[in-house]
Amino acid sequence: MDDWFSFILARYNYWIVIVLMMTGLYIVFARGNLVKKIVGLNIFQTSVFIYYITIGKIAGGTAPIYMGGELDAAAHHEPEGEHGGDAAGHDAEAAAHGAEAAAHDAGEASEALHAKIDNSALDAGNNLKDALKKAPPQSGEAAGSLHAAPDVSSDVAEKISNNTLSHLDKTPPNPGIGPGLDLAPDGLHDAAANAGHGAADAAHAAVEAIVYSNPLPHVLILTAIVVGVATTAVGLALAVRIREAYGTIEEDELEAADDIAEFGRQASAERAPA
Amino acid sequence: MSLISQLPVLPIIVPIIAAPITLLLPKGRAPHLWATLFSWITFATCVWLFSEVSANGTISYFLGDWAPPIGIEYRIDLANALVLLLVSGIAALTFPFAYRSVQLEVDERQTPAFYGALLICMTGLLGVTITGDAFNVFVFLEISSLSAYALIAMGARRDRRALTAAFNYLVMGTIGATFFVIGIGLLYQATGTLNMADLADRLIGQNNRMVQAGFAFILVGMGLKLAMFPMHLWLPNAYTYAPSAVTAFMAATATKVAVYVLIRFFFSVFNFDFAFIGASFTYVLLPLGLVGMFAASLVAVFQEDVKRMLAYSSVAQIGYMLLGLSFATVEGLTATLVHMFNHALMKGALFMAVACVVLRAGSSSINAFAGLSKRMPVTTWAFILSGLSLIGVPLTVGFVSKWYLLDAAFSAGHWYAGFLIVASSLIALLYIGRVAEQMLLKEPAEDGKYALPKEEAPMSMLIPMWLLIAANIYFGLRTELTGDIATRAAEALMLSAGGAP
Repeated sequence: MDDWFSFILARYNYWIVIVLMMTGLYIVFARGNLVKKIVGLNIFQTSVFIYYITIGKIAGGTAPIYMGGELDAAAHHEPEGEHGGDAAGHDAEAAAHGAEAAAHDAGEASEALHAKIDNSALDAGNNLKDALKKAPPQSGEAAGSLHAAPDVSSDVAEKISNNTLSHLDKTPPNPGIGPGLDLAPDGLHDAAANAGHGAADAAHAAVEAIVYSNPLPHVLILTAIVVGVATTAVGLALAVRIREAYGTIEEDELEAADDIAEFGRQASAERAPA
Repeated sequence: MSLISQLPVLPIIVPIIAAPITLLLPKGRAPHLWATLFSWITFATCVWLFSEVSANGTISYFLGDWAPPIGIEYRIDLANALVLLLVSGIAALTFPFAYRSVQLEVDERQTPAFYGALLICMTGLLGVTITGDAFNVFVFLEISSLSAYALIAMGARRDRRALTAAFNYLVMGTIGATFFVIGIGLLYQATGTLNMADLADRLIGQNNRMVQAGFAFILVGMGLKLAMFPMHLWLPNAYTYAPSAVTAFMAATATKVAVYVLIRFFFSVFNFDFAFIGASFTYVLLPLGLVGMFAASLVAVFQEDVKRMLAYSSVAQIGYMLLGLSFATVEGLTATLVHMFNHALMKGALFMAVACVVLRAGSSSINAFAGLSKRMPVTTWAFILSGLSLIGVPLTVGFVSKWYLLDAAFSAGHWYAGFLIVASSLIALLYIGRVAEQMLLKEPAEDGKYALPKEEAPMSMLIPMWLLIAANIYFGLRTELTGDIATRAAEALMLSAGGAP
């Protein structure tokens, strides 16, 4: 019973989608008023929008907005970062490879900076940012401080690539278990690709590998929203024209008016009970 | 950057740019001429594309030079090259045909909007056909559907029921399209891609409930759009009350394109490794196709309005296409493709003949056809010839379709389906015969509501109509033209689905 409850609770977003979908469809079929039908259609479509947004969301992921301008600038001065350049692949393997290469090449770990790395991959990127800001004043020579950067980020990249690999193991997701929020394959591919690229520039990788939500469903749904708005506009425009032509937008009255026009008032009255 | 390398995008980009410009033109002749010109340009590019594909094989075009699966791909193989040719060809004939008919049936102030919408509708249908991206299919489908709703509603000048018909079509069409999007979403969730070829790769081995649900949503969504038998209720009203030229265009193209999408998803995205494909053929398409053939044909016999009668006949003909599809053999698929092409030719011609009668007699009621052979012999014979083609008389394309269907039915072991095909063709004889009897044997009404003028339909309508009928007979005699292309297309599709060729 408890399992059952948590099963539902853990997938509350899907239940919202289903409830909205059924509500919308019910309104479309059960209501005789044309405007209400359009409203029902809108609710139905909205449920699909939410569904798409749901599959694009990654647990712990941020909005898909590119972050890392200043860190980029700092990292680009780092000569050591070039090591993993050839490892820039498009899959998780390349990411892992890149991370290894970087880890291998980097010198001893700077304990102070290491401690700042949170276990979570997401926070790691932000911490690294702080670390890089703090690094120059802490150490005398600039080279040393910059040297720390790839080291730290290699650690991060490793974590991320491990993370990514474990996620990718789950893809294709098994719906028997139920697709979790975090299973948006493209997002993972992107993250993996980003990590792979980042191996060329280890500090860069940490920034790039911030977990973003998958932006593609958002784009698709923007398109679908435009289509939905257009459909609503055409539907309401038709309702206006129907009202001009018939004087009503109630479906049963429209049918009665058509019957009267076709068979005459008498015949229509005879047909009515049937 | 030569024109030839950009060829695949031209059938979409040219009319979609021309369509809004149509709106800016002054009402009257100008929008018609403009739209006709662009429908011919589009047809020319489609013919070019078709000859390229049949000579050199599949063309793949990357929109904006973004390589798939990231970018949108236009992928043209023989199957959709044939459908492209069909849609643009029917459009190229419908546009010149439409002028006089539209003059009567559509408010003159709306003519720029009418031709603009018809161009957009054509573009949408071409886009659905040409694209290799699953979500793109939805977008183009809605482009064509939205303009179709508006076009059908423009029939309100002749009969206000066009408005309610358009509204019902809008509700059903939107539900269908949304179901389709849900299906695409489920597939995307399972694979992380939208490109059809990439989808097919990544779906291999994923026989799970999410993919099954996605497939079911796509089947139902497309079923609504193509008026599969129990989901056809929007179609008769929409076809009956739409302006006659729109009916001729939509009957010949819109449902065919939806059937094509179904074929594309069945064979190019999913494959026979999925048990549910076979199950949906055996337990959904085959019975629904058979029931549709009979139920819709029988309803057609009792219709008082010829347009509505032909609309029900369209639902029955879609039953034949689904039947051919459900055999899941090269022969069956060939029969479906051939019948798609042929049915567009005959239904286009039939609805054009009705449009001529509506123009002169002001009604599509069967009473308006009484004694038509004495007043409008050219139109009468056009109707009868294309009607014979619909029944499946030898020397016409209808016979070719039925031949391929029967061949497929017997070679697939569904011999009873073969008999049912023949039996339902006899029902077609009944309803076409009813109209033919009115036209040939009855005396024309001298006065009253259905009194006919002594005029024949204008040449601008007769020429496109007779071109279609000529095509009916030409492709009925030169069966190897459509048959070969369809067989090659069907073999390629079966190969991609992993079935036995």
